[in-house]
Amino acid sequence: MIFATVGTQLPFDRLIESLDKWQSFQRSSQVFAQVGPKGKVPSHIEWMATLTPQQFAKNIAKCKIVVSHAGMGTILTALGAGKPIILMPRLARYGEHRNDHQLATVANLRNRRGIYVAMDEASLFQKLDSLHALEGGEGLQNVASPELLCAITDFIETKPREVRHA
Amino acid sequence: MSNHTQRQRVLAVASGGGHWIQLLRLRPAFAECEISYVTVNPDSRGDVPGQRFFTVPDGNRDTKFAIILMALKMLLITLWVRPHVVVSTGAAPGYFACRFGRMIGARSLFVDSVANAEEMSLSAKLAMSHADKVFTQWQDVSKKFGAEYHGSVL
Repeated sequence: MIFATVGTQLPFDRLIESLDKWQSFQRSSQVFAQVGPKGKVPSHIEWMATLTPQQFAKNIAKCKIVVSHAGMGTILTALGAGKPIILMPRLARYGEHRNDHQLATVANLRNRRGIYVAMDEASLFQKLDSLHALEGGEGLQNVASPELLCAITDFIETKPREVRHA
Repeated sequence: MSNHTQRQRVLAVASGGGHWIQLLRLRPAFAECEISYVTVNPDSRGDVPGQRFFTVPDGNRDTKFAIILMALKMLLITLWVRPHVVVSTGAAPGYFACRFGRMIGARSLFVDSVANAEEMSLSAKLAMSHADKVFTQWQDVSKKFGAEYHGSVL
């Protein structure tokens, strides 16, 4: 199963329409999409507007491939589950987000194992047409890097600057 | 670990989606603390069973009314919890928590999202003048904006 998701905040019709079009050509794969609260409704794929965290986790576990906007929640979850993820970054010029930080996200993460980037419909079709060639990462641990955890622990344990309680 | 000091009360704050997922990845750093979580989605309670959990209304720079309600509720939660330390992974709720936390003498740390690989987010830039520390998760951004870099949630 291909699981597509656009995150909780904004619709991402360009991604869902492309996927819908791809599915209308070839119906061999099952596709399920979370299209966002105000997203356009696709006609060739199953969809829901929003998912609870539990439904989201279930779909990630069930799917073979994740197709998504370049949102960190989905990226971290897919990498954690060892599932390959195809990312299409939201672009500010189409009103898909407030700025182009998703372009920066894909530029800096595209070399990680398990991450594939589709800048447009053609590139998305190309990746979907060779689904079996896509490989997942090795399963990211569910905690931050030891360096970051250490820095935060240090910050928390630093003595308060005001008078300490007796 | 420590048997001589009181446990630190920590307020851990994130908005929804990736911000919340990143906050969850910091949990080992909160193991010795008295922790309270704040986010925007009531369903997220299931991610931190048995812990103190609050929600604030969701909002961003485009939703003025929601963001005022968010700030008010964040202020009430901060006064209620009286944290020693605020840790946030963004965005708007984290900025408010750092700011209100500081008003009551808490130390505050704002960790900008790993999504911001080339620029700091607006909330992180705002937090630069209100939080004790701002971390970025990218070395290049650290050089460019002066936020500290200590690795990432990846």
